[in-house]
Amino acid sequence: MKDEVESRDDRVANLKGMGCSRKRVEDARFTQGKGNYVDDIKLDGMLFGDFVRSPYAHARITSINAEEALKVPGVLAVLTAADLEPLGLHWMPTLAGDKQMVLADGKVLFQGQEVAFVVAEDRFAAADGIEAVEVEYEELPVIVDPFEAMKTDVVLREDLVADDGSIPDGAHGPRTHPNHIFTWEAGEKEATQQVLDNAEVLVEESMYYHRTHPCPLETCGCVASMDKVNGKLTLWGTFQAPHAIRTVVSLISGIEEHNIRVVSPDIGGGFGNKVGAYPGYVCSVVASIVTGKPVKWIEDRMDNLMTTAFARDYHMTGKISATKEGKITGLHCHVTADHGGFDACADPTKFPAGFMNICTGSYDIPTAFLEVDGVYTNKAPGGVSYRCSFRVTEAVYFIERMVEVLAIELGMDAAELRRINFIKKEQFPYKAALGWEYDSGDYHTAWDKALTSVDYDGLRAEQAQRVEDFKAGKTRKLMGVGLSFFTEIVGAGPVKNCDILGLGMFDSCEIRIHPTGSAIARLGTISQGQGHATTFAQILASEIGLPADSITIEEGDTDTAPYGLGTYGSRSTPVAGAATAMAGRKIRAKAQMIAAYLLEVHDNDVEFDVDRFVVKGAPEKFKTMKEIAFAAYNQAIPGIEPGLEAVSYYDPPNMTYPFGAYVCVMDIDVDTGVPEIRRFYALDDCGTRINPMIIEGQVHGGLTEALAVALGQEIAYDDMGNVKTGTLMDFFLPTAWEVPNYETDHTVTPSPHHPIGAKGVGESPHVGGVPCFSNAVHDAFRAFGLRQTNMPHDHWRIWKTANELGLHD
Amino acid sequence: MIPAAFDYYRPTKMDDVIALLKEHGDDARVMAGGHSLIPMMKLRMAEIPHLIDLQAIDGLNEIFIEDGQMTIGAMVTQHDLINHAGLEAAAPILREAALQIADPQVRYMGTVGGNVANGDPGNDMPGLMQCLDATFLLVGPDGERSVAARDFYEAAYMTAREDEEVLTSVSIPAPQGGYAYEKQKRKIGDYATAAAAVQIIKEDGKCTAASIAMTNLSDTPIYSVDAGAALVGTAVDAAALNAAKAAMLGDIDPTEDNRGPVAFKKHVAGVILARAIERAWSRA
Repeated sequence: MKDEVESRDDRVANLKGMGCSRKRVEDARFTQGKGNYVDDIKLDGMLFGDFVRSPYAHARITSINAEEALKVPGVLAVLTAADLEPLGLHWMPTLAGDKQMVLADGKVLFQGQEVAFVVAEDRFAAADGIEAVEVEYEELPVIVDPFEAMKTDVVLREDLVADDGSIPDGAHGPRTHPNHIFTWEAGEKEATQQVLDNAEVLVEESMYYHRTHPCPLETCGCVASMDKVNGKLTLWGTFQAPHAIRTVVSLISGIEEHNIRVVSPDIGGGFGNKVGAYPGYVCSVVASIVTGKPVKWIEDRMDNLMTTAFARDYHMTGKISATKEGKITGLHCHVTADHGGFDACADPTKFPAGFMNICTGSYDIPTAFLEVDGVYTNKAPGGVSYRCSFRVTEAVYFIERMVEVLAIELGMDAAELRRINFIKKEQFPYKAALGWEYDSGDYHTAWDKALTSVDYDGLRAEQAQRVEDFKAGKTRKLMGVGLSFFTEIVGAGPVKNCDILGLGMFDSCEIRIHPTGSAIARLGTISQGQGHATTFAQILASEIGLPADSITIEEGDTDTAPYGLGTYGSRSTPVAGAATAMAGRKIRAKAQMIAAYLLEVHDNDVEFDVDRFVVKGAPEKFKTMKEIAFAAYNQAIPGIEPGLEAVSYYDPPNMTYPFGAYVCVMDIDVDTGVPEIRRFYALDDCGTRINPMIIEGQVHGGLTEALAVALGQEIAYDDMGNVKTGTLMDFFLPTAWEVPNYETDHTVTPSPHHPIGAKGVGESPHVGGVPCFSNAVHDAFRAFGLRQTNMPHDHWRIWKTANELGLHD
Repeated sequence: MIPAAFDYYRPTKMDDVIALLKEHGDDARVMAGGHSLIPMMKLRMAEIPHLIDLQAIDGLNEIFIEDGQMTIGAMVTQHDLINHAGLEAAAPILREAALQIADPQVRYMGTVGGNVANGDPGNDMPGLMQCLDATFLLVGPDGERSVAARDFYEAAYMTAREDEEVLTSVSIPAPQGGYAYEKQKRKIGDYATAAAAVQIIKEDGKCTAASIAMTNLSDTPIYSVDAGAALVGTAVDAAALNAAKAAMLGDIDPTEDNRGPVAFKKHVAGVILARAIERAWSRA
């Protein structure tokens, strides 16, 4: 094929660059069972470790006897805190500035806590060994309610109380009670109080955003292999942030960082569950050092649900004030945050409640105040998953419920109330009352498009008729129209305000162009299903003019990939995607000089055109990027080093602010409490769209998570701190059967500060979806006086709402 | 989620199964599809030192229909049940119920015999078999005996089957009239919040016979004689429905779990029963 006969459109199409629904290159292996997950790793002589876990939520440990366990054939060792203490590894730092027991140090603080680590020749012997370890517990009073935790004399963390009984400051300032972790404030307290005191209309509402869990298809695990000859530790694992894990392992183990190689192989879903550092990692490393053999640890499903990174558990109370016409004047939010036994969130250091201060949402609210109290209870630590450390999901749920509640108080249509309070297009960049600067948005356009697409007025008319019919006894089904308009804050983040444990949250890309015109790019992020190998190649294809099919994307091996903070919080595209574009531009700049030399013109006399540099005004004179790549390596060019490589570390100047407008139409069987989703419309604006097909897939996935959380998924505890939902029988994981058909739509409002204008989309549908499903349930009962009822809206809770409203009489 | 060690047997003759059961008594269990037993072993809630797989026994996966009587081998899967044209014609409620059990993957493995013999109150087939007045054939050291489904269940996981007996087949008299299996569940793969099996006969606009059984609303399936009786002689009008519901509610004894509290379950049981009766009546 000759370049001369190709049209420009053909050349653009050949690149499969940005905007192309390129098929995912990963899927060839995933759909054939050829993925390589951590449990697929098998090394010579590899041992298997697993935990003895506490059956109690709060207890003192009086003895651990491993004698019988060590007699079990195949069991080699049983590690306890006493074994780790001489190494200083019986506790480890959390990503939130707290510390966490690796193995129970005298007591346990939640059911399922790691008590001892049994190392055996295989996982079957380990399981038998676990059964044979004898642990004596002395039960202590269990605190599962954070409000009670702040009043009780029961101290959960004796390690955080001084010998004289005083309470030292925590990582985030003064603490007022032994079970108190932090108080965090944002905004203006007194000014907000004044606005609320003088409000024409004021509504107060409390809501509980329950504890849940993302339940990734693959659970957490690792393989640690210490090579005692060369002193090098290799750690394969389900890590969403492999470089951060390397640094943390180095800091806590004392092994120099160059002697640690962390590898994230294929990861079967993360959702934040695989961000944190877990006792399993530390114990596997120690066990490998002790035995000199590789040691594997893999959670089972119950371990995963009960002990690693949960999401939410936020008790939120809001006050919102407005004029009689519905213009919002002030917002107050108080949160009691249940963090469990240790504060193991992964929030940026300066934000112990993440970006909860995005809780003014998409609205122009002049005055606001937020206060968050973090509290210890006898529940599992975590608070990372499902966007949880960044708390955007909580914030959006809060404001989207408060707006609905205000609409009820005002007797207004909730869509109209949103419309009159949206930040206007011309107000961007918009400085919000709680501190963030929104980069760009066009909310009114998106809202109008959404409402028109679903025939909003028609839905309301149908709903009114349904209420009539219900009252007349003609139907037992009510109809809800759920609305949500969300503004996300993603792309953490600028080093000036985002770091985790002092690690700046930049990200990186390193590109090598091969002489024949193909390339490899390595990034500091790691895909867990998002399709990075597909989309990052598309960004590069557009930037450097080589086909995406000729570009390999590699992530996850700290020995080869440049340092980066990993993948979570929808940060890969906003941060690493930007680094990719910037590195690509460095390649292009050098290519321009080479092209000019080859074409015998000045550098400024050539310009980039899709896949080549052309002489300005003489498009028949050009050098393709493929030709330039060859020349870069094989032709002596005066003043230019051989080779064509670039690296970029990108520190974003600001966060990005994707947004969207969602509508859910739901029918509710009042007698059984069964909701049926008739329609779900999702308009997402994630700025520049790299791969529309992948965006659609991410939206479908996130909406399905949102449906699960809103309609049934929870980690529930009884009063004794027992997990009631520790298996998939009771933990709701939707299948194709429960999932409705989703209609996706979009507008495009590029980020002005991002090199390609992209904002990130991974978590938008979860963030916007949960309030949308929840608002649909609420809306169905609005005509009968419902103002607020807590999620998850499972059958019995919906039934209870109907029952309490007298609809069964 | 790894079971304790066990010995695995795969005999080809029922005599050998019985011999193993005699030898090991309480320490041995037979396994059909394994969908209840294996999870319990993995959770170490059940320790079975001697596990006897019935897959290789001939003749347990056959379906016979003759003289108004259906005989379903214990190893017939839910999938087989769903796809058997003869059964669908003779007792369509079997297919309607089986389609509401779990998902296709489970139904490929899950068997009729395992479902009825395990005694799990959450299983759908026991209530269905009570509704259909089925008889279970048990084989033991002393030969064969039959037990009516309505007499089989004693408590959760406790049945009339002796430790040394194997349930080998289910016999069902071909049902008459309209039918319905109505089930409310939280999601695919879940046990019922409440489920009702109804067979009903209509003559001249009146109900002449009705059989009603409920699932997962007590520690056994509940065959409600009174609920059926409440419909007989009526035109299955609102009053009759209410009487049947009231009778059924007198027989069930649900407990609170993650599906909801007792009041909710009773309410839903009534709604589900009414819907089942209405659908069955419309088909009668």
